[in-house]
Amino acid sequence: MSTRTLPLVFINLGGEMLYILDQRLQAQNTSVDNTEKGVWSEKDRKRVMNDIIGTMFSKAFMDELLKPQQLYSHRTMKTVLTRLAHTSIMRLNPASMEKLYELMVMAFKYQVYLCPRPKDLLLITYNHMDAIREFVRDTPAVANQVDETHRKLIEVYAPLSEGEFQLLRQTLLIFFQDMHVRVSLFLKNQIQNPNGRFSLTTSGPVPHGGEVPGLIRLFSVKGREVSRCEFPSGGSYSSAVREGSFDLHGDRVLRLGVNMYTMNHPEETHTSRDTCAQPDDVPNLLAKEELNLLAGIMGSMKTVPVHSTEGSFRLNLFASDREEEEAGTSGGAQDFDVINIQAMQDEQASAELARIAAQFAEEELKQEDQGSSKGDELLAMMDDL
Amino acid sequence: MFHKEKSIQIKNSASALYNNLSVLRIAPRRLTYFTVVHANVVNMVSASWDGLNYSHRQLQSKEPNVATSTSLIMQAAFCVLPSRELLVVTSQKGIQMYESDGSIMVYWHALDTPETPTAQAVFARGIAAVSENYVCVGVSSGAILVFDVPSKGSNITLSEVLEEHKESITDIAAECSGSQVLLAVANLVTVDDGGSLCVWKSGEEFQLLNKIAGLDISCSSVKLWKGTVVAGYGSGQIRIYEAVTGILQSEINAHARWIYSLDIAPFSGLLLSAAEDSFVRVWHLSVTPETNSVEVAHLHNECVTDTQICGAKFCDGDGYAFAVTGYDLSEIIRYTQT
Repeated sequence: MSTRTLPLVFINLGGEMLYILDQRLQAQNTSVDNTEKGVWSEKDRKRVMNDIIGTMFSKAFMDELLKPQQLYSHRTMKTVLTRLAHTSIMRLNPASMEKLYELMVMAFKYQVYLCPRPKDLLLITYNHMDAIREFVRDTPAVANQVDETHRKLIEVYAPLSEGEFQLLRQTLLIFFQDMHVRVSLFLKNQIQNPNGRFSLTTSGPVPHGGEVPGLIRLFSVKGREVSRCEFPSGGSYSSAVREGSFDLHGDRVLRLGVNMYTMNHPEETHTSRDTCAQPDDVPNLLAKEELNLLAGIMGSMKTVPVHSTEGSFRLNLFASDREEEEAGTSGGAQDFDVINIQAMQDEQASAELARIAAQFAEEELKQEDQGSSKGDELLAMMDDL
Repeated sequence: MFHKEKSIQIKNSASALYNNLSVLRIAPRRLTYFTVVHANVVNMVSASWDGLNYSHRQLQSKEPNVATSTSLIMQAAFCVLPSRELLVVTSQKGIQMYESDGSIMVYWHALDTPETPTAQAVFARGIAAVSENYVCVGVSSGAILVFDVPSKGSNITLSEVLEEHKESITDIAAECSGSQVLLAVANLVTVDDGGSLCVWKSGEEFQLLNKIAGLDISCSSVKLWKGTVVAGYGSGQIRIYEAVTGILQSEINAHARWIYSLDIAPFSGLLLSAAEDSFVRVWHLSVTPETNSVEVAHLHNECVTDTQICGAKFCDGDGYAFAVTGYDLSEIIRYTQT
């Protein structure tokens, strides 16, 4: 369907990832400098944010995303986002990445689902970018990259019609289809029901450019209104509010896409999956093409060498180690899975990543009768990254 | 006025696509077919009228002879012609036509898809049977493909390409009142993403009778009944035009969000509208062609809680029952008159 989804998907998913990481990194006991092993300092936190944002908004990466192309599969998206996170000194194990990914996707699904007008997808994206700009305000080089990307987005998306935006939104909705992971924060704020579905209100302002439902008008042949009649709409709607700004800076008005997570509530990021409802795991028959795209994207990302002296950093989502132990053993109807962001030694991480990539390549190689050369080349390239 | 019946479960959830429900009533066999699109699959359910038997079938979007390709489906719709009934499925790759029970594919038409993806998406969307032997399908470029369908067999041919629209086609509808008088005048309406409407008369060469310029608001669903065009828009409004003259007869601020589906029950004039705002509304339309006058009355609302509706259709020509599909819902919800 739409060939223009990727830049918006990465910025919004990446933005959600940064919101979560920022909350977790700040909620740790911070030390002034990083002499204490296993503790994140203010300096480390800023460095992680700068590294990830710097890569995400690099010209090479953005240019790759801006090429018209079909949306990636979840598997590919997850792999690229993992690689993105690993351009910093932080390391995520596959299980944590899995949970983090679900959280990011559910947040973005909520924003796209509730988007008042298809064009407001841009306002949601710009809300993420405004927050990202704040994260790197002390690093002018990266802040400039963010601005540059913003200008490019404005240029690319401004000519799209409302119908084309709706096609884009429909493409995203297919991507999110059947995902009903329950997120603690959403349940608490009642934007999600216990069955995992988002609540749709039948009250509030209509989208900009829309009319409050409830009126039937009849016209004469000459075009004059000859009668008007009201009907009960079943909801309580009000007139549209003012339109948000689509410029580089400005009041976006729309709140979808701003940071929902707060400082001291780690339980907000707890998620719970319905064991019987699984999203479609149809084998991706276009994976060969995606592997090539993946190689292109990864080729544009630079690694950050992790010195052995820096050691490993462990990031908990629970306030204390005790709670984490308890969570590991708790059973019962509501089993909340924890996102455990752990730092790992670099060697182990590259092996993990190569294993993920290999799994990915292996399954698709089975489907091709051709020699294994293409897959091998790609794996070799990934190992070198 | 209407009450909820037992829902029909489907194998996959419905995708957020315009007009994502098609219904075919097979009176001689006391069955009704329903089709709902999920990504690259069409879910078909055959439901017996006594409510005791349900059988399911899935059709994948795949070009013949290319085993590994899949593509997203935009729409699936039944086309009823005097001599036969077909199920037409449109996707990013092309157009497939099946026998109405989905058992055999009788025709495949490939779209011109570029080697590398372009900024403008390529797909087919908008399906209608018109007159004795034509099936019309819209394309993302704005073109309308007219296929000539013989009374049986697979010798379907592309008869004409109508190039009038400049934006992607969203929906197509044929005159459904059954009136021979009206069918002799205007019997097809096509709409696009910019809200432009074209009214045609079918034939060996289709004739453009009227073009109503859009106001840059996408028209997602359209119906033609008794010479009257009923169109649903992204603004949540419904507009009613006289087809041949293009005169605006009525404007309804019907929904708070984008309209996804409209349907008319031709024998009674009941109109169904469904939108992302979770509401399905039933209206009554009366048209007096002689005096060019139209009357619209609102009859009933159904709120499908927390659901963005993507398909709504009457199950019979009187509008005694209707069915609804919603994004992420794996059921077809049904309502009948009390």
